[in-house]
Amino acid sequence: MITFIPRDKVSKNWIIIAPILSIVFTIFFGLLIFTFLGYNPLETLYQIFVSPFSRIDRISDILVKACPLIIIGTGLMLCFKSNVWNIGAEGQFIMGALLAGFIALSFPNIETKFFLLITILAGFVGGALWAFIPAILKTKLNVNEILVSLMLVYVAMLFIDFIVRGPLRDPMSFGFPLSKPYPEGALINKIPFPGIGFLGQLHYGILFVFLLVPFSWIFVNKTLGGFKINVLGSAPQAAKFAGFKQNSITITVLLLSGGLAGVAGVIEVSANIGQLQPEVSFGYGFTAIIVAFLGRLSPIGILFAGIIIATVKLGADNAQMTMGIPKVVTGLFEGILLFFLLTGETLQKYKIKWSEGKK
Amino acid sequence: MAKKELDILLKATKICKYFGNFVANQNIDISIAKGQIHALLGENGAGKSTLVKIFYGVLQPDSGSIEINKQKISITSPNIARKNGIGMVFQHFSLFPALTVAENILIALDNKIKFSEVVNKITKLSKEWELFVDPLKLVSELSVGEKQRVEIIRCLMQNPSLLIMDEPTSVLTPQEIKNLFKILKKLASSGCSILYISHKLEEIIELADEVTILKSGKSIASIDAKKTTTNFLAETMVGKKITELKKAIRSKSKKIAFEVKNLDKLKDHEFGISLKNINLQVNYGEILGVAGIAGNGQVELMEILSGEINSKDNDQILLEKIPIGKTNINERRKLGIETIPEERTFHATVPNLTLSENTFLTYFFKYSNTKSWITNLLNNPQNSLDESKKIVKNNDVRCPETNPLASQLSGGNLQKFILGRSLANNPKVAIFSQPTWGVDIGAATAIRQKLLDLSRSGKAVILISQDLEEIFELSDKICVINEGVLSEIFDVREITATDVGLLMGGKNRENKKMDSIK
Repeated sequence: MITFIPRDKVSKNWIIIAPILSIVFTIFFGLLIFTFLGYNPLETLYQIFVSPFSRIDRISDILVKACPLIIIGTGLMLCFKSNVWNIGAEGQFIMGALLAGFIALSFPNIETKFFLLITILAGFVGGALWAFIPAILKTKLNVNEILVSLMLVYVAMLFIDFIVRGPLRDPMSFGFPLSKPYPEGALINKIPFPGIGFLGQLHYGILFVFLLVPFSWIFVNKTLGGFKINVLGSAPQAAKFAGFKQNSITITVLLLSGGLAGVAGVIEVSANIGQLQPEVSFGYGFTAIIVAFLGRLSPIGILFAGIIIATVKLGADNAQMTMGIPKVVTGLFEGILLFFLLTGETLQKYKIKWSEGKK
Repeated sequence: MAKKELDILLKATKICKYFGNFVANQNIDISIAKGQIHALLGENGAGKSTLVKIFYGVLQPDSGSIEINKQKISITSPNIARKNGIGMVFQHFSLFPALTVAENILIALDNKIKFSEVVNKITKLSKEWELFVDPLKLVSELSVGEKQRVEIIRCLMQNPSLLIMDEPTSVLTPQEIKNLFKILKKLASSGCSILYISHKLEEIIELADEVTILKSGKSIASIDAKKTTTNFLAETMVGKKITELKKAIRSKSKKIAFEVKNLDKLKDHEFGISLKNINLQVNYGEILGVAGIAGNGQVELMEILSGEINSKDNDQILLEKIPIGKTNINERRKLGIETIPEERTFHATVPNLTLSENTFLTYFFKYSNTKSWITNLLNNPQNSLDESKKIVKNNDVRCPETNPLASQLSGGNLQKFILGRSLANNPKVAIFSQPTWGVDIGAATAIRQKLLDLSRSGKAVILISQDLEEIFELSDKICVINEGVLSEIFDVREITATDVGLLMGGKNRENKKMDSIK
């Protein structure tokens, strides 16, 4: 039997060495697997780790890809810190995008960019409403939020599918399940850089991330709200003793995380797609769970974790495109990377003890 | 006293165990003779539990050796300890409440035998040793004393040559303690050695043959328990003269401070306790002691008195005749009612937060009255840091650094901090649950003195405690809680420890039960 014993002190060296070792192990096993499957191992690694940084427009694509992950991850951080397990951010993302899309398509001729404030707000409301369902079920009827939030993802997926095939389908779409294009006022533009033009897909939505990260840091570390979340997560009894209302904290963090997932949905659709379609998310809501934990539930950590995960995802896409490596194989590689990163982090805090197994 | 080499069952030499920089055990020598009752005495944190955990294979020593019957062995797991005839009864029972006695014992056995055989063996053992329990009863239906008997039977199933008991009497009534001692003496006379851990001096003198005293991880004396006194033991253990409590002249008033009337509360989970028709009142200048064995509704009572949970009707709880049953915990703090729950970490404090943050935990309402909305929004580390420094200074809380995490403090110091935090709020009514539970003598004395001072300065104190000595030492009036029912309130001069003990066990219930089994 294996038991984990907490270390008395986390060595400072290990905080640096552990992630490096994790990467070394990942590369080693990656080399093995790629060689075994008959791909050029070095070139594959180059595609995954280096190519995303090889051109400036590719670097900006990392930011674009990381943007929704960081926004959703920050919301999830609030939930996970207070021991509320919202794993339905994917559904909240979709419902946010859908409500914002509905508003956007209701004003087909609007041009002013101030309209974006309204669609983003609508996205927040849409996501928050979707998260309100598990929140109210948990606090009133003690229903497990993990199941409810997860299952609502599939409801949301089918719902947007129905909407773009039915009520909001563009009559001019030649039978494709697509809505009309968004009006100018609901689109998020790419950022023009003087003398260079656009950098890949880099858009103004990224500004939201730069606002969100410091704001959430202040919220978590410096405000009473953040303090309440922290206490509730680490000692629920103590939260009672302090007179914090557990149910209202639970509802608040679910609404905030649902709302942020919804905003991520609006930004993703308004900047990169420009209309509603059956698939708007590509699993951001689930990947963000990994981002939140890899970032150790801290705003700064989540910023970096989002960028790391986005890099590997893009690198995997590159490897797929240039070398024809199947998605399953690059997915396997992503799995190995996460496995070693999390192992490294766990071993920093815990010693492993092998003891005799019981019969 | 020289023991014959042959008679030694367990001999440990130069046992050392470190946790990081913390010295838990240092060069401890101890030898236990066959059939001997050997007591291990020491304050909390002296290293008693670490040492017995090493004997039972839960922890491994960093150096030192252990011999059993002159054979050097290394006890790397409880399995190996049991194979070598060592059994242990832990302070906190490890029984599954939803299973029967026999099932609980069956799962713990290393050699699997048939269920009917287990039942037979339990019946045989319980007759042989007068450990009366019904093997087919659910553990959740047993009293604490019976649960302990189940644990002892579980050890006896393995025919141990050494039985380790970790503070076995801390949860028992005086009657149950008497019964336990009879059993232990009988076991010892049959040749089974007993290693008995306690910090209760009278018990050790009554029970033990030899006593080893630990202090700060070192064994400082091994003495014949039959030829010593409680005073000598206490002074050796603490290392200084123990100060007696100073009882100032009371300023007793007739004014009722706090009252509970006809309070009922159904249990909210299967293993909780329902409160039935609780009535109590306490005057200013008075300490009301609520005795009772842990798990008889103290936690549930505390939740309602503190305001973590509201009572059904507003007039079931009264402060100076004013109904407050529906007010929440912070409103009650503002009214001058301070409470301390029995669970020190995770309830009264958050272990991974600093002392200043833990001060803020019960203080933020104080700031929120006076400041603007923006300062209300922020948590206030600076103010609470000043406040926590004051608490640390005024209450002699010993910290490893300024503003440490709550988890860095020892139990006694943490409790001094918690008490100080409550007192800094200048309460009119203080309701404290198990304030000295598991705290070393030095800290316990300081805490008791504070409670006395508080009541003598005219405040009302309710002390919920399972420590009978403490109840009698401090209280002016005494009542007993048993299975969610509160006895009537007695004046301390009108009631004896035996009476209280009987009430704690639900009057003669326990004895009747045993008679029916006989």
